[in-house]
Amino acid sequence: MSIVTVQLGQCGNQIGFEVFDALLSDSHSSQGLCSKRENEAYQASCKERFFSEEENGVPIARAVLVDMEPKVINQTLSKAAQSGQWKYGQHACFCQKQGSGNNWAYGYSVHGPRHEESIMSLIRKEVEKCDSFSGFFIIMSMAGGTGSGLGAFVTQNLQDQYPNSLKMNHIIWPYGTGEVIVQNYNSILTLSHLYRSSDALLVHENDAVHKICAKLMNIKQISFSDINQVLAHQLGSVFQPTYSAESSFHYRRNPLGIDWHVRPPLSGLPPLGKMSLNKDLHFNTSVANLVILRGKDVQSADVEGFKDPALYTSWLKPVNAFNVWKTQRAFSKYEKSAVLVSNSQFLVKPLDTIVGKAWNMFASKAYIHQYTKFGIEEEDFLDSFTSLEQVVASYCNL
Amino acid sequence: MTQSVVVQVGQCGNQIGCCFWDLALREHAAVNQKGIYDEAISSFFRNVDTRVVGDGGSISKGKICSLKARAVLIDMEEGVVNEILQGPLRDVFDTKQLITDISGSGNNWAVGHKVFGSLYQDQILEKLRKSAEHCDCLQCFFIIHSMGGGTGSGLGTFLLKVLEDEFPEVYRFVTSIYPSGEDDVITSPYNSMLAMKELNEHADCVLPIDNQSLFDIISKIDLMVNSGKLGTTVKPNSLVTSSSGTLKKRHKKPFDAMNNIVANLLLNLTSSARFEGSLNMDLNEISMNLVPFPQLHYLVSSLTPLYTLTDVNIPPRRLDQMFSDAFSKDHQLLQADPKHSLYLACALMVRGNVQISDLRRNIERLKPSLQFVSWNQEGWKTSLCSVPPVGHSHSLLALANNTCVKPTFMELKERFMRLYKKKAHLHHYLQVEGVEKSCFTEAVSSLSALIQEYDQLDTTKNMPNLELRKYISRFSAVSLTYTRCNPQHLPFK
Repeated sequence: MSIVTVQLGQCGNQIGFEVFDALLSDSHSSQGLCSKRENEAYQASCKERFFSEEENGVPIARAVLVDMEPKVINQTLSKAAQSGQWKYGQHACFCQKQGSGNNWAYGYSVHGPRHEESIMSLIRKEVEKCDSFSGFFIIMSMAGGTGSGLGAFVTQNLQDQYPNSLKMNHIIWPYGTGEVIVQNYNSILTLSHLYRSSDALLVHENDAVHKICAKLMNIKQISFSDINQVLAHQLGSVFQPTYSAESSFHYRRNPLGIDWHVRPPLSGLPPLGKMSLNKDLHFNTSVANLVILRGKDVQSADVEGFKDPALYTSWLKPVNAFNVWKTQRAFSKYEKSAVLVSNSQFLVKPLDTIVGKAWNMFASKAYIHQYTKFGIEEEDFLDSFTSLEQVVASYCNL
Repeated sequence: MTQSVVVQVGQCGNQIGCCFWDLALREHAAVNQKGIYDEAISSFFRNVDTRVVGDGGSISKGKICSLKARAVLIDMEEGVVNEILQGPLRDVFDTKQLITDISGSGNNWAVGHKVFGSLYQDQILEKLRKSAEHCDCLQCFFIIHSMGGGTGSGLGTFLLKVLEDEFPEVYRFVTSIYPSGEDDVITSPYNSMLAMKELNEHADCVLPIDNQSLFDIISKIDLMVNSGKLGTTVKPNSLVTSSSGTLKKRHKKPFDAMNNIVANLLLNLTSSARFEGSLNMDLNEISMNLVPFPQLHYLVSSLTPLYTLTDVNIPPRRLDQMFSDAFSKDHQLLQADPKHSLYLACALMVRGNVQISDLRRNIERLKPSLQFVSWNQEGWKTSLCSVPPVGHSHSLLALANNTCVKPTFMELKERFMRLYKKKAHLHHYLQVEGVEKSCFTEAVSSLSALIQEYDQLDTTKNMPNLELRKYISRFSAVSLTYTRCNPQHLPFK
């Protein structure tokens, strides 16, 4: 079951590189306590999901790189090639000369339609290379212009052309304070559009990951590289194969099984020597939780705490809302590691904050002329506000 | 990657432009060790095979043959341009890129704008089109001029309308040198006022700079050097002094050093677009983030460090000091007080080995002392470019859209009114065909309207959100029927 990754914009491409790197180096790292046969199946499954094989044996990432200006893609391609372990496909990139200028409207209304053919055709080629295609993993930021605007456009297209495949968007939630001044506008426009076309939004907040780097990892001078590596590590521990009862190392579709759009925010844990649980969950009601355990003693691990009905909304039985996946194969040399993927009220506060700030700015009409220039009118903003308010309300009512 | 074209107009514009090209070449020479013509260089330079006659000489890849600046040089006197063409940079310019005349504009905006404007309109258009054709993807025109004279002010702003009509999609960034109080050109208030109207209407972004600030900066550097403080000495061949390589003694108006500061500003402004970094910032992102309303497009710049280490042997300062310096008046290129005025938006463009945590730490540190408009409390735009400027490990350029420009404009208006009331020298302008009193009155109302906008924003300082909404509805024609749900109802901790 293969996944095609679409990396959009500077953020998407920088992260994408780290993700593939993390996946492959875990795949090559020591097997821990699991058997040789299991390890081989693990490696084969990982490879099949994320890489295709070339004649000379260097795995090629199943990825399409999209950016509206060339600097980042060039860097990403060369970093991958330099590693010697894997690389990107030669013709897997789409690049233009001039960026989107942090303008969601430009990314969505100008770049999107203009380059729709080329981008979709690249994606199609990548999908066709898969023997058994499972879905898309789209990496994008919300704050800029390309990842956000073009990302929303591409996801919409994917929804139209591949309605039966999983589309999971990896969203980077910007720092609360300033990366981009219009980041709140870009964010609400992105989220409201993705709600209609994406199956799942996996969220990473820059602020949260930054704290992990500062407090848990004690990095003094934190760079975006550090942040991206932590992200990639968390994603890797979610995406690597796990043993399932039905068939070995089967990448599952979204196990939540709920028809309405759910957003599973990723509150991943940095893998520690011991198992640790995210106690914060007691404060945020969940719709669904997924725990993934890797390494030593996974069979005897006690996950009863996650079945506590207090964690879940009253109309869900924990047995329907909680899943646990296990594998004895260690992840990235950690003896034991655990990851929690959670769909809960976790993100309500950040979402509400962003909507509030965007509204504040919108009420003063600041920067609106930059969007109306490219066809995004005030009604579009109002629609976005309305749909996100509904999301907030839905989560609040859990 | 995109390209930019520099249009330097008038004596001041061309002198600054010349410094810019000198520094740009040095920067690229330092970064590009292999002599391969890459996309970074191509943003400002063409690669030309000089053996080929005519237009066919452009080479897009491979080794650098001969670099030609993407520039158009315009002056209505020959002195400055001729000097450039005989100086060390002569090979960087194409004679086809020049437009000169002999008589000059006589420090008269009307002559520059109306007379020379109509006389040279076709030539100007032709040269601009040519320079645009040489670009793969033209993103930006950088116009450099002064406001106080005749050519830079008049013809320079005439250009803006031409650019807007001919290349509506290409950004127009204007670097304008405003006259200082003791300017020796008597008519500079007239010229500046008339030019302001054009800047208001046809520029995307203006970086106002005044001579006084530049002079103060150079004086401080001189003082440090001459006092032998901290063992600082100016090295020969420095970028502070002229490119002729000799140590310059203290001058009354050390223009070269002042021009170099402005040239550095332009280099740093474009660094994140040309070079790689972990958080890139393209030129189109500047106006997107820093111009919340189309008329309010004046950005106060401050640069640090102001000298290069190759010039002055100063021990390198701590990283955090760099951020503090950028918010100190000593490093501003305009006499203004942003800390006591209202920020609409602020951009921090960092170069060198600086990471996101350094940036965030300093924003947190400096934020409490700065006042941001209520709808943009976190109005920071940041960029991290990995390539430091020549001779330094890091640098910072801060661009602020701040109501502190209001006093500058008010002073301009006052100086203008003093002259205008007496009708002094007015006949020089009125006798030019196409110029009437209405030109002046329109210019004054344009500037007054701009000042009023800043005024109204200033009154919102310290205003709580509720009142702000009522006040804001005066601006907007759209009645907002949408209401937000009360955030206090959220149940989480």
